[in-house]
Amino acid sequence: MNKKKKRLIFRSVVLTLLVGTLVFVLIVNANSERPDLEKGVEAPNFKLDRLDKSGETIELKELRGQGVMVNFWATYCEPCKKEMPYMDQLYQDYKDQGIEIVAVSVDRNESVINNFYNSLDLSFPSTIDRQETVMDVYEVTNLPASFFINPDGTIERIVRGPVTLESLEGYFQEILPEKS
Amino acid sequence: MANETIRCECGHENKEGTVLCEACGKPIEKNQHIDGNDQQNVLEMRYEGGARRSQTYKRTFVDKIWAFFSSVKVGVWLIVMTLIFSALGTIYPQEQFKNSPLPSSVFYEEEYGLTGKIFYQLGFHNMYDSWWYIILVALIGVSIIISSIDRYVPLRRALKNQKTKKNEVFVKRQRVVSFDNELSENDLNTLKTNLKKQRYKVHEENGHIFAEKNRFSRWGPYVNHIGLIIILIASIFRMFEVMHIDDYVWVREGEVQAIPGTGQEYFVENNEFIYEVYDPETEERFTRALEDVENPVPKNFQTNATIYRATNDPVLGEKPELERVTEGEIRLNQPVIFDGYSLYQSGTQVESEYNSISMELQVNDESLGGFTFDTDEAPSEFNLEESDTTITIDNWYPELEFTDEGPSSFSKYPRNPGIIFTVSSPDLDEDERFFYLQEEVIPLADNNQANVSVSDVDRRSASGLTVKKDNTLPLFGLGAGIFMIGVLQGLYWYHRRIWIHPKDGSYHIGVHTNKNWYGMNQELDKIRKGTNVKPFVDQQEMK
Repeated sequence: MNKKKKRLIFRSVVLTLLVGTLVFVLIVNANSERPDLEKGVEAPNFKLDRLDKSGETIELKELRGQGVMVNFWATYCEPCKKEMPYMDQLYQDYKDQGIEIVAVSVDRNESVINNFYNSLDLSFPSTIDRQETVMDVYEVTNLPASFFINPDGTIERIVRGPVTLESLEGYFQEILPEKS
Repeated sequence: MANETIRCECGHENKEGTVLCEACGKPIEKNQHIDGNDQQNVLEMRYEGGARRSQTYKRTFVDKIWAFFSSVKVGVWLIVMTLIFSALGTIYPQEQFKNSPLPSSVFYEEEYGLTGKIFYQLGFHNMYDSWWYIILVALIGVSIIISSIDRYVPLRRALKNQKTKKNEVFVKRQRVVSFDNELSENDLNTLKTNLKKQRYKVHEENGHIFAEKNRFSRWGPYVNHIGLIIILIASIFRMFEVMHIDDYVWVREGEVQAIPGTGQEYFVENNEFIYEVYDPETEERFTRALEDVENPVPKNFQTNATIYRATNDPVLGEKPELERVTEGEIRLNQPVIFDGYSLYQSGTQVESEYNSISMELQVNDESLGGFTFDTDEAPSEFNLEESDTTITIDNWYPELEFTDEGPSSFSKYPRNPGIIFTVSSPDLDEDERFFYLQEEVIPLADNNQANVSVSDVDRRSASGLTVKKDNTLPLFGLGAGIFMIGVLQGLYWYHRRIWIHPKDGSYHIGVHTNKNWYGMNQELDKIRKGTNVKPFVDQQEMK
């Protein structure tokens, strides 16, 4: 092999190593940021205590096969409280078609949640995010926030802000399991 | 050109692109333009006139890239650009430190105006993790590595191949010279002794004398670059949580929080937060100084913390089983350290939240009893047995604010609690509603009979803790150490060479040092002492 060829190989190898390291660093850096929650991404699993049925828990993973609405709310959030009756109204119709609602309260005080829940006679599962970890992972900063999750566990839609009765029904249609 | 080497008249085969023959130093005629030797009398001794590969081969794409990164000019530009951007990024806080619930798209404009908006739109709010900043730093690394290889290899070759006997032109065109010296055998011996006294290594060949010292000084810059590359590698390691964590967590008194960056493995409990100020009464030596300040002067911020570790691997949201790891008092610069993590005291919201609010009820100056509203755990109903009174909590706003839609809460933290509650009692004609707000209780009806007053409030503090873990520090230390060795090596020693060239019965002497010509001249006076050598002349100064 002549020297020129050797030199070209040496330079190419050095450059490839350097570029490779750079690409590796960039990939690691990109991945270090939390994966964005968006349509098509698998919704992070969580397990929370139910407030409406004491002693029971609810785990997102176990709701596979059903369309799930995860709703973050708090008793001090007025728009959150306004959409609760819509959710309950539709829940009655869609429950049997395979739609589940998980209301995740970020309140610190449980009795206030129960109080509100009972006063409206709500029927969908009510949970509390005591460690504030679910809210954190779901990147919820402003309330309300709703995640509509397909039967296969992927996110179909994220609504940051209140929903109306009509829009909610549309979102339920999107995540409705196919009838077998 | 296809031929790989240039044969010098001394017989040495030089690489293509060589400026000065590696062996005898004779300028290779057709390459003098490379270092500008055709323009001046004193030879450019940079890299010993070796063939810098990048300057020679620019044929393939790879060669062009190589030449680009080998350039010092490019390197300096990259460093200057990185410096400027790094500085710009510090104008406003980075996104992770903005400490505001507002999204970045709003925060920067609202807080800093137009310049803040530009700062955000240019992406400077997330600069040090951005791909373009990383590329910029990486390019400096590439530049350092390639330019080092490109210079070290030919320099080493040239210094290794140099011969004692140099070409006359090479000697005469050195910067400091002394020509036509009539030297006796005695003079030559004195010279050699003097040179050895100055710790030169003296070589002889057919009457030619070559003295050299401190060649290792020439490797200084390359050692220095190795140090820099280790530092860059260490900074790559910092990207992995295993190696490095720098995070922040707020913990309220009585609360247990997951320590961020530990993957919910470690938890911290704030048992008590202590805030102390200097007291002019008890600490007399400060009395005088404290007279001049309006506000209390803080003396101590302290979190009494317990560290726990999860013994199971809970699903997100699930309460983990905890075992106690350690306990400690965290003060400024006195962290609690456990399993490689350190928790530093770095933020406080002193008594910013209400832990509980106690109220008393009266009707016609007769007490109906009292109740304590614990902000986190209060039930929705209180029964005062002594008077058969029931208090129902209708609404609870931890951080009350009034919006277009009525009362609402800004957050879940009871910083400004608002409580709407109803009192029903046999002593009252009908239920009465009240509004607790800022430590006052306001009746919501005009003709109320009951009187509710606040009897006690209990506040709590939130403590901000910085979580740190850094396993890369030893590597940074190593890199910095090697860097310093390189700097010392290159700065405090000088590579000096003296050639004594016999020509027609007299001697030409050429001198080269890589820096500090002043010191060289002083050393030459010592070497010349007791000999017939004429004073040395600096050919560069003569011009």
